Amino acid sequence: MSELKLMKGNEALAEAAIRAGADAYFGYPITPQSEVIEYLMAEKPHERTGMVVLQAESEIAAINMVYGAAGAGKKVMTSSSSPGISLKQEGISYIAGAELPCLYANVVRGGPGLGTIQPSQADYFQSTKGGGHGDYRQIVLAPASVQEMADFVKDGFELAFKYRIPVLILSDGVIGQMMEKVELFDPIPRLTDAEIYEKYPWATTGKKSGTERRIITSLDLDSHKMEEHNHKLQAKYKEITEKEVRYELIDCDDAEYIIVAYGSSARIAQKAVRLARAKGIKVGLFRLITLFPFPSVKMHEMCGKGIKGFLAVEMSSGQMVEDVRLAVNGCSKVAHFGRYGGIVHTPEEVLEALEQKIIGG
Amino acid sequence: MADITLDQIIKPENLVYTKTKLMTDKVLSYCPGCGHGTAHRITMEVIEELGLEEQTIGIAPVGCSVLAYEFMNIDMQQAAHGRAPAVATGIKRVWPDKIVFSYQGDGDLAAIGTNETIHACNRGENIVIIFINNGIYGMTGGQMAPTTLIGMKSSTSPFGRDAQRMGNPLKITELVAQLPGTYFVTRQAVHTPANVRKTKRAIKKAFENQRDGKPGVSFVEIVSNCNSGWKMTPRDANTWMEENMFPFYPLGDIKVDGKLV
Amino acid sequence: MTEELIIAGFGGQGVLSMGKILAYSGIMQNQEVSWMPSYGPEMRGGTANVTVIVSDERISSPILTIFDSAIILNQQSMDKFEAGVRPGGTLLYDPNGITRHPKRKDINIYQVEAARLASEMGNTKIFNMVVLGAYLKIKPVVKMENVILGLKKSLPERYHKLIPLNEDAINAGLKNVVAVQELH
Repeated sequence: MSELKLMKGNEALAEAAIRAGADAYFGYPITPQSEVIEYLMAEKPHERTGMVVLQAESEIAAINMVYGAAGAGKKVMTSSSSPGISLKQEGISYIAGAELPCLYANVVRGGPGLGTIQPSQADYFQSTKGGGHGDYRQIVLAPASVQEMADFVKDGFELAFKYRIPVLILSDGVIGQMMEKVELFDPIPRLTDAEIYEKYPWATTGKKSGTERRIITSLDLDSHKMEEHNHKLQAKYKEITEKEVRYELIDCDDAEYIIVAYGSSARIAQKAVRLARAKGIKVGLFRLITLFPFPSVKMHEMCGKGIKGFLAVEMSSGQMVEDVRLAVNGCSKVAHFGRYGGIVHTPEEVLEALEQKIIGG
Repeated sequence: MADITLDQIIKPENLVYTKTKLMTDKVLSYCPGCGHGTAHRITMEVIEELGLEEQTIGIAPVGCSVLAYEFMNIDMQQAAHGRAPAVATGIKRVWPDKIVFSYQGDGDLAAIGTNETIHACNRGENIVIIFINNGIYGMTGGQMAPTTLIGMKSSTSPFGRDAQRMGNPLKITELVAQLPGTYFVTRQAVHTPANVRKTKRAIKKAFENQRDGKPGVSFVEIVSNCNSGWKMTPRDANTWMEENMFPFYPLGDIKVDGKLV
Repeated sequence: MTEELIIAGFGGQGVLSMGKILAYSGIMQNQEVSWMPSYGPEMRGGTANVTVIVSDERISSPILTIFDSAIILNQQSMDKFEAGVRPGGTLLYDPNGITRHPKRKDINIYQVEAARLASEMGNTKIFNMVVLGAYLKIKPVVKMENVILGLKKSLPERYHKLIPLNEDAINAGLKNVVAVQELH
């Protein structure tokens, strides 16, 4: 067994970055995710693995440092919390357009604006429906434990390089700040320069004689070529939708009702499921792991098997619920419950919402 | 008709000058009379002469030179508006042995990208920044730039720049020279053969500094014209530049080997 | 076994680190644990609290409003969390600085004069370990040897010389906890 530690989600994310063989992290402090860069600075990864850690002058600079390093074939990441993630959106759009691999994390806090530093899940639309400008998607992984904060760094980098796409770990203040037991994966060595030259023929590493030069850009003034480029991107997103959907079904086998949730809401909902089962209510939890791609096919299939209603539980006024409605497509009842603005709902509130909005409603 | 090759036009024994192989054959998109083409060429000549093409990564900005990567025949990245110094930082930090430079205009470097410029310079990133200052936004059609002179007309200062209402032109080169992270800061021009030679020497020095691991940014400003944006003939634009731009943006070295001149 | 606990007091009393040591002790005996703090600027000199869960099973919600036990170390926390103890649950508090004592009739209530004991032992920083000792006397959710292991894990090595002192503090808490109200 690998090392067992008690860590905050933010610390686990940072440690996992070093272990995943990341070449660089560029960041900027913001509550509630500053432990990521604090941990990295304290760990001296330049001594452990040669990984570069730099505190940038802004979130904007940080994501553009990621763009540069990723465009040069390196495994690179950043992280922030909601207002800082908004600032990064221009860079994310460029990264998506230029088809670069990168990993970033959003430890979500309540908004809009400066909002609050308390946990929230109100950045679902921003994460899954674009965020920046243009017709692009990114893979969104939603950890529900400190363990997953670590594991998804490794998985996220793999997906990012497999598809040359930005991958977002969409966490929140609960997962970022809480400590849990975490089993850390064994370190993966960073790629050597020679391996990067060999594996990434698109990366700008200096034009070798007799080879074609490489260009990293998201620009094409010829609209026909740009449409072609968009077709290529869409084909990639379609492939991801077919191959990379992840979810977890808990107590769903005999369920008559389903709670759909992700991240910390899924943990709270799991407790609500226990409370409901104790009262004899047959309810299960559909925990989303990928938010894009969304597990629409499985959800639709379940509703064809006699599920009487879906309750979408999220710490927002109702964002994920729209995807649940699209998936269910009218074949079962769908309702939303969630506290927001930095308030975390309780398992008892979730149970009450299930009884009132789905069972009794 | 078959393509005409160079030696059908000029006999090899008569060939005294040819363009560097680090410029592509793509026709430049710049207006006739513009300084960008010359600035591109001498930058690429320097990289070729120093034998650095296999390890150099350039960064194109947003602005007239957004398509610099179409003309510069080396590995290039195109950056978001103003972010080239951050992109350069990202590359240089993970590939410290590569040669990294950004090529930016005044709107990109001194307005939207001021933060990235100042902080890359202040951190002392070991990169080269080539800064083309023509006092106007060329690509978007001649709007006021951070470097537009007082009284100078543009499409967003149609009656001339008024300091009270529009603020003052920014001498960002003098500003970055004050920062401990800059090693070489100079201001040059490319409108006469003599100036081209001087500027090329400055660019060479900048790349040598980086190659030799001299600490900090080497920053080369090139004061240039924009005859289209200024609405002048190329020749008048150059005269106007000498008479108006150079007094405010005087040519010469500002900081050499880490010391203010 | 699942123990859902809130520890609440002033920032600087060692509330968060007490929770961390307890959580680490749980790991040492192969249990599932979670440690969820209140966070943000209110922690600096203001109130701080942490929810700790130690369980034999996978932990669902790390955030709770109803607790098996509450350790309460200032008046604000008493006002806020007394009502959150489940009927039949346990409330442990240090009467030092408490002006409105708990009134619930349906819970077990204990006191430990941890501030006084720590001060008598000559080191107010071990206050939280006295409280932890008192708590473990009432609720032995983790074994003492695992608490020592947990201490070692959560303290930086340069503080390991202080472990015997912490052990003494835990023992002082164990011996000096007083039952105010016990349900039968």
